[in-house]
Amino acid sequence: MRFDMFQPAKSIDEALAIVTDGCMLVVPREVSGVPMAATRALIKRGVKRLHLVALPTSSLQADLLIGAACVATLETSAVSLGEFGPAPRFSAAVTSGTITMKDATCPALHAALQAAEKGVPFMPLRGLIGSDVLKYRDDWKVIDSPFGNSDPIVLLPAIKPDVAIFHAPMADPQGNVWIGRQRELAMMAHAAAKTVVTVEKLHHGNLLDDPVLAAGTLPGLYVESVAVAERGAWPLGLPDHYGVDAEHLALYARMAATPEGFTDYLDKYVYERRAA
Amino acid sequence: MSMNAAPRNFRDEELLADVIARLIGDVRHVAVGNASPIPATAALLARERGQGRPYVSLLQSRKHNFFTDGARELFDCAGQGRIDVFFLSGGQIDGQGNINLVEIGEHGHPKVRFPGSFGSAYLYYVVPKVILFRTEHSRRTLVPKVDFISAPGISDGNVYRPGRPIALVTNRCLFSFGDGHFTLVSVHPGHTVEEVTENTGFDFDKPATVPETPAPSAETLRLMREAVAPQLAEVYPQFAAQVFGTGTPAFAR
Repeated sequence: MRFDMFQPAKSIDEALAIVTDGCMLVVPREVSGVPMAATRALIKRGVKRLHLVALPTSSLQADLLIGAACVATLETSAVSLGEFGPAPRFSAAVTSGTITMKDATCPALHAALQAAEKGVPFMPLRGLIGSDVLKYRDDWKVIDSPFGNSDPIVLLPAIKPDVAIFHAPMADPQGNVWIGRQRELAMMAHAAAKTVVTVEKLHHGNLLDDPVLAAGTLPGLYVESVAVAERGAWPLGLPDHYGVDAEHLALYARMAATPEGFTDYLDKYVYERRAA
Repeated sequence: MSMNAAPRNFRDEELLADVIARLIGDVRHVAVGNASPIPATAALLARERGQGRPYVSLLQSRKHNFFTDGARELFDCAGQGRIDVFFLSGGQIDGQGNINLVEIGEHGHPKVRFPGSFGSAYLYYVVPKVILFRTEHSRRTLVPKVDFISAPGISDGNVYRPGRPIALVTNRCLFSFGDGHFTLVSVHPGHTVEEVTENTGFDFDKPATVPETPAPSAETLRLMREAVAPQLAEVYPQFAAQVFGTGTPAFAR
């Protein structure tokens, strides 16, 4: 097999071409390597009607995409800015009914993605019975376990995203991506039809040649496109590389508290328009 | 508080962490979710007292988080019974132990939206000792019936449920949970049974005489301040600085 056909994208925008309006997009939790530079690029491009799956939670990324009217449906277990408070655009969108909310619980999202990884139609999961999370999910079913005796259990249909997108420390010229111990990034890529990755830098050589690096590497087989985006998770952190920009997140929480403030935030930090 | 009370040599956070550490007991593995500095203090205190036992997983931490198989590992671990203690909270908690992390008001048109259920709709069922923790003890938070059940306090007999709530710790008191309802166990120093009743929206049982929650011992305070606080500072720098005067605040990271 020849791997030299893989070419890193010339720009983030080029790598993001496969994220089309209306697609199901899976993104990682706030601490795993959130592609914030790519998220700003998607908003700038004006992507619409996303079915956003946040595995299993999100913070700034979901709030920004929702506030910028890029999201039709959100499927996740929680959206919050953590110690910086509630996610204001998410809360406003749910209370005003401008997005369809599919509330889940963390392991349900992991299990449904695992079903897609295995190519099976559903996955069973404990818990959930008697909760309103289950009550409002028409797509989940309760069956009596065929291996038990009066043992009700929930079945979750596989989540098969069109695209997975995340930010990672490095990729090599063969399209292999080093994710370290953020294994949920591999799960997203296995489950999704296509995967876009932004990276801090390109690694010269083949990541799979080094057994220490190979254990934390997502093979290029799963990767559609890679673009370099230095500090591409900012203002969120990248594990073992840089922490969150707490000052900026506090600023975001203040600005996004009102629709006007949020528009100002987009102008300044996403569209990068200069004040007149 | 009575006028002749001795001056206190501990902070509220230290008292609550001590209460929670006793509830943890002698177990193999305690996990602590996001934004839970007081339960994290308690778990690390339990580990200091146990000279390395239990295993402690602080999910927000790099150092105190040994999982290597992705975010799902915690839940798979819990599903097998490998997590003995976990902590949950709620925007609302009701007298049947139901917790609400989703919304206030009518579903579809809520008045208030909370972040979401996180892992509660699973972990509440599979972790043997779930400790409910909510510092704000008011009729707003402790309600007769939650508006949305993120996870129920009790389940029908045929539902697989090795896990359950064992207690609710608030800024005013400690409740135990059993047979589908709460019982007042002790009232923290400086608070009264009348005040607890006045600020609780659900009915609860109580003994004829309700004891005061014991203050943390000198040895417990020493362990928290000298051994636990520096470990806590890695994951909760602002909390550690504020309560224990440890390290540098978060904005200096």
